[in-house]
Amino acid sequence: MTTRLVELAGTPDVGAARRSAGLVCDEAGLRPLLRTRFLTAVSEVARNAVVHGGGGRILFDVVRRDDRVGVRAMVRDHGPGIRDIPKAMADGYSSTGSMGRGLGGTRRLVDEFILECPPTGGTRVEIVLWAR
Amino acid sequence: MKNAVPIQKLGDVFLVTVQMDLHDQLALALQEQIAEAVAGTDCRGVLLDVSSLAIIDTFVGRLLADTARMVRLLGARLVVVGIRPEVALTLVDLGVSLADVTTARTAERGLEKLGIDLP
Repeated sequence: MTTRLVELAGTPDVGAARRSAGLVCDEAGLRPLLRTRFLTAVSEVARNAVVHGGGGRILFDVVRRDDRVGVRAMVRDHGPGIRDIPKAMADGYSSTGSMGRGLGGTRRLVDEFILECPPTGGTRVEIVLWAR
Repeated sequence: MKNAVPIQKLGDVFLVTVQMDLHDQLALALQEQIAEAVAGTDCRGVLLDVSSLAIIDTFVGRLLADTARMVRLLGARLVVVGIRPEVALTLVDLGVSLADVTTARTAERGLEKLGIDLP
């Protein structure tokens, strides 16, 4: 089972992240709708890391829990973290005046969504979508 | 990034077909190309075919809405054609409404929405 890592330095890397996410979806055998949801969620969190987080990296793998198979993305950025997480999760909120970080919407696309700002800095987001 | 996306003129309309992977720079170049194409002619509208797009995220969604507004300011209309069903479902959950964007399932229906009758 492969793990894929994509460095996120600029917006072209968001496309690279989507392509890697697609390979992991193939490996997990995700059906088209779930694949679209996962790739869209990956696009959102990867772009956030580039635009708000000063870059970072994203890691993909296939996860197996009990008899389930799913796909997971873990992104960590170099930014200052998020001061007010509930506010950032609300639809339409953005610290840069764009349409929002899309975090609330992203959470609705996946089965598991973890967002944390560790004391060592940056923002860490982990998303999991189970194949059904 | 000039002419990054093929734009064809068919009578009164431009037909723009978006390619498989619309990365951010290409998406912005596309918007500019459409503006230049529309401003330079007396066209009635633009059909933007997105049927090859596997995903539309908030960035591309916002770009579609902005492009539709821009084309309207130039006195023409934009119709987004062929959003895939799984993309439509995902957009709804993502909270991207595209309420101001005219859409159609096929190019023929898109032309109808531009008020153009097919022979």
